[in-house]
Amino acid sequence: MTQATPASKKKRFWTMERKQSAAGWCFLTPAALLIVIFSFWPMIQAFLTSLKRGLPTRLTYCEPLWRNYERMLSDKVFIQSVTNTFTYLIIQVPIMLVLAIIFASLLNNKDLKFRGLFRTCIFLPCATGLVAYSMIFRTLFTYDGMVNAVLLGSGILSEPINWLNEPFYAKVVIIIGLIWRWTGYNMVFFLSGMQGIEYSIYEAARIDGANQFQQLTKITIPLLRPIILVTSIMSINGTLQLFDESVNLTRGGPANMTITMSHYIYNTMFTKNPNFGYAAAMSFVILIMVAVLSAIQMKVGDKR
Amino acid sequence: MREGAFSKHASRFVMYAFLIFVSLMSVFPLYWAFISAFNNTQQILGGRMIPSTHLIENLTNLFAQQDVWRAMKNSFATSLLQVVLSLAVSSIAGYGFEIYHDKYKDGVMSVIMLAMMVPFVAVLVPLFQLFSKLGLLNSWIGFFLPSLATPFLIMYFRNSARSFPKDTIEAARIDGLNEFQIFVKMFVPMMKPTYASAATITFMNAWNSYLWPKVIMQTSEATTMPMLVSNLMAGYVIDYGVVMAGVTLCSLPTIIIFFLLQKSFTNAVAGAVK
Repeated sequence: MTQATPASKKKRFWTMERKQSAAGWCFLTPAALLIVIFSFWPMIQAFLTSLKRGLPTRLTYCEPLWRNYERMLSDKVFIQSVTNTFTYLIIQVPIMLVLAIIFASLLNNKDLKFRGLFRTCIFLPCATGLVAYSMIFRTLFTYDGMVNAVLLGSGILSEPINWLNEPFYAKVVIIIGLIWRWTGYNMVFFLSGMQGIEYSIYEAARIDGANQFQQLTKITIPLLRPIILVTSIMSINGTLQLFDESVNLTRGGPANMTITMSHYIYNTMFTKNPNFGYAAAMSFVILIMVAVLSAIQMKVGDKR
Repeated sequence: MREGAFSKHASRFVMYAFLIFVSLMSVFPLYWAFISAFNNTQQILGGRMIPSTHLIENLTNLFAQQDVWRAMKNSFATSLLQVVLSLAVSSIAGYGFEIYHDKYKDGVMSVIMLAMMVPFVAVLVPLFQLFSKLGLLNSWIGFFLPSLATPFLIMYFRNSARSFPKDTIEAARIDGLNEFQIFVKMFVPMMKPTYASAATITFMNAWNSYLWPKVIMQTSEATTMPMLVSNLMAGYVIDYGVVMAGVTLCSLPTIIIFFLLQKSFTNAVAGAVK
């Protein structure tokens, strides 16, 4: 190698490729920085805060450090909020995904009349805000409200159900609300996945004598596995963070029997004696739950 | 043979009946909220299914109880700002990740994708502390800053940049356009449908967001529409006509967008898995 002058060295350094690569870095840096500042950095901060106690303005490290985590184990409201959130998760997510797959496979039929209309109707709940639909459901299910009026009037019930003030029924209302709001959303994923499946596979199956149900379980579901994986991860992620419905539909009540983890964290942050350390500790537990459940999902989804 | 034809008809009837039932159930709560804006409390609780004549009365009461104009202004301003800025930041990033990709940029991208798994509540406490320190409470900037760059939008634009022809880039370079000009003059106009989809979903998310605004928009001057609607049920005596009028006003913008841009919205939703 011959000795190059600094100027020519510089010239050689800025080749076309390097210039273009640098342009790429310039383009992606603002977004990457924003994500670091508003996702990753606060995540680390949340963990540090979770080891602290005291007023929001005078946080000091706990003694022992894991004191906030220890407190959760004996905090009845926290345990209740975890139980509630997982109840919603375990009951609502499978029902919703199964319904979404059924709707999608019915709508994927090219000979179906009014296909677009059905799809629009089923997808419409997605255009509703979470607070707005919570208010609608709260009004529908209030004690002297419409649902009880209809059920009593048609003779299905002989006595009105106190939907929002009995723990079991309040959870049922939240689950109904979630299924109503999110089934169409998930259906769209499945529909778009099904459009990628060759129609001839179904024709061949039909010639071999496979009925609709067999086509669904033997062809559609196996081919949609990656999408089922994505939708279930998103649903689990979303359900673990449930907030709007708990706050507006049931107010977490009766007596915290429907409160979700996010709702309890919010309450811990904004009461008369805010405890940021404890709130951060609980939020970190949600982070770990999301990570663990997603990892399990991906493992299971990969193996099959 | 005839029996087969009959059972085929029967199963088709069942299928249509089922789909009609499901469609009605999907539409009903919204339909009912809209017509209930025309009814008074007694009619709403009684289960009246058709509009009556109380709309003006409900709206008058709503505007008397709450500063709806201010909440509308806040909601529109924050949502539109979030749409414009986050599309700008995220689309150029997605473009940068795809067009100039190398193993380092791909690495950064996978790290960014991890942020998708970070639940928003998990960063709530530090973000609230940070924003109070920066004096961004109750400000429009505070509302949209944390969600300006989202992994979803970056990935969405990165995927769409994959279909951006390399020849176009080369030709533009020969014509003397610099890299930024290629993005602005070639990519943006060509990807209008992608921008439309990203804009619809971003607007809907921003308009409907609740947890973060509830945390940082603490004064009544900073209230957004979902917060206003939520406050309508705070009293002891609830005027359900007013509540439903509020719900209707809060839902109208997103419902209108849904019907006008349904294809864009559907594409954006489904875009997450492509």
